[in-house]
Amino acid sequence: MAGAMDLPAKGGFSFDLCRRNAMLAEKGLKMPGFRKTGTTIVGLVFQDGVVLGADTRATEGPIVADKNCEKIHYMAPNIYCCGAGTAADTEAVTDMVSSQLQLHRYATGRESRVVTALTLLKSHLFSYQGHVSAALVLGGVDVTGPHLHTVYPHGSTDTLPFATMGSGSLAAMSVFESKYKEGLTREEGIQLVSDAICAGIFNDLGSGSNVDVCVITKGKTEYLRNHQLPNPRTYASSKGYSFTKGQTEVLSTKITQLKPKVEIAEGDAMEE
Amino acid sequence: MSIFEYNGSAVVAMVGKNCFAIASDRRLGVQLQTIATDFQRVFKIHDKLYIGLSGLATDAQTLYQRLVFRHKLYQLREERDMKPQTFASLVSALLYEKRFGPYFCQPVIAGLGEDNEPFICTMDCIGAKELAKDFVVSGTASESLYGACESMYKPNMEPEELFETISQALLSSVDRDCLSGWGGYVLLVTPTEVQERVLKGRMD
Repeated sequence: MAGAMDLPAKGGFSFDLCRRNAMLAEKGLKMPGFRKTGTTIVGLVFQDGVVLGADTRATEGPIVADKNCEKIHYMAPNIYCCGAGTAADTEAVTDMVSSQLQLHRYATGRESRVVTALTLLKSHLFSYQGHVSAALVLGGVDVTGPHLHTVYPHGSTDTLPFATMGSGSLAAMSVFESKYKEGLTREEGIQLVSDAICAGIFNDLGSGSNVDVCVITKGKTEYLRNHQLPNPRTYASSKGYSFTKGQTEVLSTKITQLKPKVEIAEGDAMEE
Repeated sequence: MSIFEYNGSAVVAMVGKNCFAIASDRRLGVQLQTIATDFQRVFKIHDKLYIGLSGLATDAQTLYQRLVFRHKLYQLREERDMKPQTFASLVSALLYEKRFGPYFCQPVIAGLGEDNEPFICTMDCIGAKELAKDFVVSGTASESLYGACESMYKPNMEPEELFETISQALLSSVDRDCLSGWGGYVLLVTPTEVQERVLKGRMD
C-alpha cells in the first residue's frame, strides 16, 4: 500500500492529513497559528542598480520568535528577494524558484533575468490561489538593466521604481514618497532604504530589531547583513545569573561515553 | 482549546562551549487530565543529533518514526551520519510538504556539527526554520521559557554551568504553565560523552 511506505516524495504538497485535521477542527480544536514575518520590506531603483531592505523580526502571534531572522533571500547572484507573510511560505517559494533559476542557467548558459524569476513566482502563487501566503519584493540587475517588482500572495505583480510590503509598508512608503527622487547615488539609496526600514521598525509593532540591506549593481552584489542595529540590548546585567553546581535536584543520572567512529580505509586493489 | 494545548509540552535547547543541552518536561495529558509522568519528547537520531518534538504527542511520535526511517536510509546510502544542518532541512521539507494539512508539532533540533560546533534550531509546524546561536524554545510553556532563557542565558558556558542554567530555566517556566511539568529530562552532549538526567520538579 502506497501509504505504508514513506518513500521520498515526488515533490509538491501532500494532503494526507487534511481529513484528520478537519475532523479535529469540527471537534472544537483550534488550528495553530503559523510563524509570520510581520515585517517591513522595501526596494528602490537608484542610478546604478537596486537597493533592497528588510527588518529582522519574526513573530508568532504577539510573541517575537526570532529577533534576528533573514528576510532577504538569495535567488540568483544578481537577483535577491525580500519576503513578507507566512515565514515557511516565503522561504519555500524563494528556495524553489532559486533552484529552478539555477537549472535554467545551466540549460541556457546565461545570467538569470529578473522577469524569469517574476514569472516563476507569480505562476506558482496564482496556482495556489493565495493559500501560499507570500508577499515579495523582487529586485535585481540583469542584461536589460535594473528591475524592481512586487508580488502579491494571489499572484499579481507590479513593476515600480520604489516599493514597500508588509505590515510596516505604510510607515516605509511615507518615507519613500517624501524623499525618493530618480538618479539617487549608492550612499543616498542605502540611507533612504535604512530610513524607511527604521520608520517601520519604530512605528509598526510587527517589525523590529535590525536593518538588513542588499545593494545589487551590474556585476556586483553586496549583502549588508545587520547594516544598522538601532535596538541594542542594554538591560542585561553584566554579571548575569550564576547557579552553583548541584543546585538542581536530580533524580537519576546516566552518562554514556561516545566511542569515536571507526574509519574504514579504502583497501588496496588486489594484486594480480 | 488549541490543538497544541491538547497534550501540553515544553522543550528547550541551549548552546554552550563545544556542547549543547536539550531538555523537556515529562507530562503527557489529555486536556486537563494527566495520564503519564514519564513521557519521552527528546529523541535520538544519532550520537550527536537529537530532536525534541512538542505539540500533539501522536504527531510527535509519527514524525519521529518517519525521520528515523529517512536517516537510516541516508546512512545506508552515504555511509555516514547526517549533519545537523542537513537534518534541519530534511525536517523542514517534511513539514512543509504537509503545508495544508500539517503535523501539529514544533521540533527543536540540537546537534554537534563539523568540528563539534554546536547547532540548534526550531521550526513552526509548517517548517519555517529559525536558527539561533543561543537558545530555542517550543511548547505550551514557550512564553515563560523565552523570558527565563533570555535572562538566565550566558554565552560560552561550560557543561556543568549549562546544565544548571537549562534546568533552572525549564523548571521555573513549567511551574508557570498548567499543561507541562511533572519533572524534567535534560540531555547534555559534549564531544566525548552524553549525560542524561531526570530532574525532580513539582508534581502538579
